[in-house]
Amino acid sequence: MEFSDHIKTANVEDVVLRQPLHPPSRGTLCVTGHHLLFSDREEGSSRQVLLLLRNIDAIEKRTPGSSGTITIKCKDLRVLQLDIPGMEQCLNIAQSIETLSCLDNVSEMYPFFYRPNDLSLREQWGLSTPEKHYTQIKELHRKWRLSSVNKTYSVCPSYPPVVIVPKGIDDETLKKVAKFRQGGRFPVLCYYHRKNGMVIMRSSQPLTGANKKRCKEDELLLQVVIEDSDKGFIIDTRSGQQVQQARMTGGGFESKSCYSHWKRLHKQMERGKALQESLIKLVEACGDESHNVDRWLSKLENSKWLSHVQTALSAAGLLVECVERDGHSALVHGYEGTDCTLLICTLAQLIMDPSCRTLEGFLALLDREWLQAGHPFQQRCAHSAYSHARLQQESPIFLLLLDCVWQLWRQFPLALGFSETLLLRLANEVYASDYGTFLCNNDQERCALEVKDRTHCLFQALLRPPERDYYSNPLYEPNELAIWPSVHPQSLQLWRGFFLRWTQQARHLEAVQEEIRSMVIEWHRVTQR
Amino acid sequence: MEHIRLPKVENVRLLDRVSPRRSRVGTLYLTATHSIFVESEAGGRSETWVLHTLVCSVDRQAASASGCPLLIHCKNFQILHFSIPREQDCQDVHLSLQRLSQPERYEELYCFSYKPNVDDEERRREWAFVDLQADFSRMGLPNAQWKLSPVNQHYKVSDTYPAELFVPDSAAAPVLVGSSKFRSRGRFPALSYYSKENHAAICRSSQPLSGFSARCLEDEQMLEAILRSNPRSDFMYVVDTRPKLNAIANRAAGKGYENEDNYSNIKFQFMGIENIHVMRNSQQKMLEVCELRSPSMSDFLEGLESSGWLKHIKAVLDTGVFIAKAVAEGISVLVHCSDGWDRTAQVCSVACVLLDPYYRTLKGLMVLIEKDWISFGHKFTQRCNHLAGDPKEVSPIVDQFLECVWQLMEQFPCAFEYNENLLITVHSHIYSCQFGNFIGNNQRERRELRVHEKTHSLWSYLWTNRAEFINPLYRQNHSQSQGLLRPSTAPYCFKFWRGLYNRFDRGMHPRQSVEDYLRLIREETQQLEEQLDSHKQKIAELEQEQEWSDAQKAAVFDQSSTARALGENLALANTPQDYTGGLLASTPGAADGPLILAPQDPDRTADPSLSNGSDPESGIADVSCRSPLSEDSARDPESDEAVYSAA
Repeated sequence: MEFSDHIKTANVEDVVLRQPLHPPSRGTLCVTGHHLLFSDREEGSSRQVLLLLRNIDAIEKRTPGSSGTITIKCKDLRVLQLDIPGMEQCLNIAQSIETLSCLDNVSEMYPFFYRPNDLSLREQWGLSTPEKHYTQIKELHRKWRLSSVNKTYSVCPSYPPVVIVPKGIDDETLKKVAKFRQGGRFPVLCYYHRKNGMVIMRSSQPLTGANKKRCKEDELLLQVVIEDSDKGFIIDTRSGQQVQQARMTGGGFESKSCYSHWKRLHKQMERGKALQESLIKLVEACGDESHNVDRWLSKLENSKWLSHVQTALSAAGLLVECVERDGHSALVHGYEGTDCTLLICTLAQLIMDPSCRTLEGFLALLDREWLQAGHPFQQRCAHSAYSHARLQQESPIFLLLLDCVWQLWRQFPLALGFSETLLLRLANEVYASDYGTFLCNNDQERCALEVKDRTHCLFQALLRPPERDYYSNPLYEPNELAIWPSVHPQSLQLWRGFFLRWTQQARHLEAVQEEIRSMVIEWHRVTQR
Repeated sequence: MEHIRLPKVENVRLLDRVSPRRSRVGTLYLTATHSIFVESEAGGRSETWVLHTLVCSVDRQAASASGCPLLIHCKNFQILHFSIPREQDCQDVHLSLQRLSQPERYEELYCFSYKPNVDDEERRREWAFVDLQADFSRMGLPNAQWKLSPVNQHYKVSDTYPAELFVPDSAAAPVLVGSSKFRSRGRFPALSYYSKENHAAICRSSQPLSGFSARCLEDEQMLEAILRSNPRSDFMYVVDTRPKLNAIANRAAGKGYENEDNYSNIKFQFMGIENIHVMRNSQQKMLEVCELRSPSMSDFLEGLESSGWLKHIKAVLDTGVFIAKAVAEGISVLVHCSDGWDRTAQVCSVACVLLDPYYRTLKGLMVLIEKDWISFGHKFTQRCNHLAGDPKEVSPIVDQFLECVWQLMEQFPCAFEYNENLLITVHSHIYSCQFGNFIGNNQRERRELRVHEKTHSLWSYLWTNRAEFINPLYRQNHSQSQGLLRPSTAPYCFKFWRGLYNRFDRGMHPRQSVEDYLRLIREETQQLEEQLDSHKQKIAELEQEQEWSDAQKAAVFDQSSTARALGENLALANTPQDYTGGLLASTPGAADGPLILAPQDPDRTADPSLSNGSDPESGIADVSCRSPLSEDSARDPESDEAVYSAA
């Protein structure tokens, strides 16, 4: 490989590592193609720190005099400091990190080299696909079908090859609908509500444009979905003003006159750059060491992160109200339908559907609604909160999802089958991983790079026995009812476990979870005897 | 009874604060001690009891077509919004409640009419339950350095101090008296806490009457005696909890602070905790934020910031940490503020919680409040507005102490034997005047009022009901629980205390309780282990009698209690909220209402309430109106569910 071209100094002795919650330690630093390896050589300890270079978001180097200091800021929000003797070595190491931490070529990334002894590449990849989903829900078969119209990804590059569509709509019609929707993302089914037979569909915006273009096939598709019912709801993740503006650039909305049985509800959600900046501000606020409460609250407010959490949860709540309480089907979209759309569809399913709340069910939901549905992970998660690089397509929408799920868990601590540790693990993996799961932007790209054949699947790994126990919620009690979250500001909290993860505070809270786990284990032991 | 102009009003509406369409109709009764709202429809199942002594303010608002609104704010942060059909009735209720909620004499307080079925002997045991002398013995006192002084036996030296005080053994009575003459209200330095491990002590007093240059030899000797009673340390801290500016201003009034030059080996330190007026205004501002009907996240955070409340909580905790650290390092501390009964009480008790695991137990917290608040003369009558008086004397000083403990519990969930519910219950009863503990401003007043003979003690009531107040995660031997607590006081560690300030807005609270679950499984685990032991024993006996097979049948364990609790959790989960802010009128049948924005209509699309979506009002969440202070109120575990199906 050419990794070695980027490594001028592979080993440095006598490096001092400073990291949160640990005393400084002295040892050897090693740079490889994908990792930074630090081996402690203090007597009586053989601690090693292995850091994926991909996890490094930013580095800062200072070379006062003959030695140097590198500060490493990671995507998991950890900040490390390396004191390296020798200015040249320091600069070499910094250079290697800078280059190797943001390789653009996906097939050079670590998941393609990760080969643990206990995993085979032949094992099953992924947990859920639209086909599997369809097979599991027999009730769907009367009115819905699987379509392979996208089997060569030619109709919609960001969709999987097979999708669930209304039975009455043939593939030719779908192709026409796809032309009328941004990125070809025609409406597909994502959720069937067993209680009342209503569904959630998602798509991208219709391309009505300035002169209010129509598409008979699109209107027909939506009409077919609600044929037995008086109406359906369209939840648009943009404001009324934004959808009007979208027409000027070729986008648009489903107008009342053309879609007479569909009621549009606008719920403006922030995305893209604004969301990334929100994350950057919040992380900056969490790192502020001035002991000033006013300043902290002001920065917390100013970051708007919790407002985004509140908006996302109430948008999802609104969607659930449409489907569960009002008994109507719903279509969700914003612009491209790859970000906020997926966020609120996922949250709505967690709120309504008990089968999504188990560990396995949740991972399968993520597989369907984020990986198969084409959330562009590679673009969105290229950098995190510390990066100095110019922002391109980065946006922490998946992190926002995890935060919202954490809020649900806080409000319903017995209702989810997985624990906070799973959410934290996912928050890491999505930015830097040994596994191929979050590589690429959609199914098509993953197939082209043979991700499923050449890397291991994170979701499968999380479900193996020791991990499964670790990531399960010991208090989980299956619950058939909807879990309606409260969205009052007083009910929503900063996700300390993530944003303040490297503080003593978070450690105490982890200890509590351990206590809870051992209490439950003790209880099981006694009751089962 | 003469204050009740109208004992009963019918067809009164109790409005839901968060969602007006969920109001209840019933009858409002005024009794000598409570207002009682009985819902008409539910067959007497739902009653709302409000103690008159807990009422903080009663406000009439402009009458509307639906009735005359009457808004009642309670000291436990409950807010009741009644609508009374006739204006005259509303006025009568208003005037009655205004009088009833502002007693003028101690004898009118609820504790003097509260008569549980307890005989005098029992009552004596109630009051003996918390024994301060026992706590001082626990600290290892008296000993060679510290003695119990009779100097204030008849409250002659300081009428706001208790009769029994620990002082340095070397401090003779003339020194104490001399020092007391040099301190506000005669509150000379006396012991609050003593560490028997390292002999360091926390002493407390009021400010010295130093003015610009006054000195007092006895006061200087007094501090010297405190320093010398800790032989391993060659200096001590004097902590003035006030901002420096306030302390300097006091010098002009002949008061002030210690001059380091006049006292040998003291290190003087200002702490910057604001006075009672700042704290009162700050809490008021925060409560206004809590009361907002549907604030956005920004409204809430901005309001919380501008109230300054958490900043003040941090100042109190920071000072507690400073004192605790000094004592842990073996250095004695003298703490004062102005009079030494507000900020001083706060920081001494916070330091005690940090220093000594005993004060993190249920009994220990009671002892601590008895010691640093009740005995040392915190002015509960004025601060909690028990009797009609100067509103400028009211201040949530004790609230801040309880909140500091809560903030610590959030950081160290395994270190406290008691739970949040205990703090909230204590808070309620400090204000409710149902028990005699917080009546009067000091020991002298309480003796005159014969509180111990005429009223009952909260502490034994709490102890009897302790099952509700125990934290199932408490681990005496956990690393978190040992010795000195070292909390972080980084700003992000301070949280808004929803459990207290939005206590009655049930829709805001988690729908399932980890604590209840853990308490249940812990009880069941213990119970089963006991059963198992007894079965094992029985089996052993039976085996000897060769009747093994019968015994096996007996070994069936009862899991029903847990199953029941989980059933309740399920019901709790099913409480939908309203996310639309009016977007979705979810009345069945009427669902075709103005649901959609007509995109062609620019006025409507610009309407922020429709487009920004940050309008989360809780539609169905029930506001609990049961008075926690009344044993009579009906438990209503199904109310949520009932409301949901009705909607």
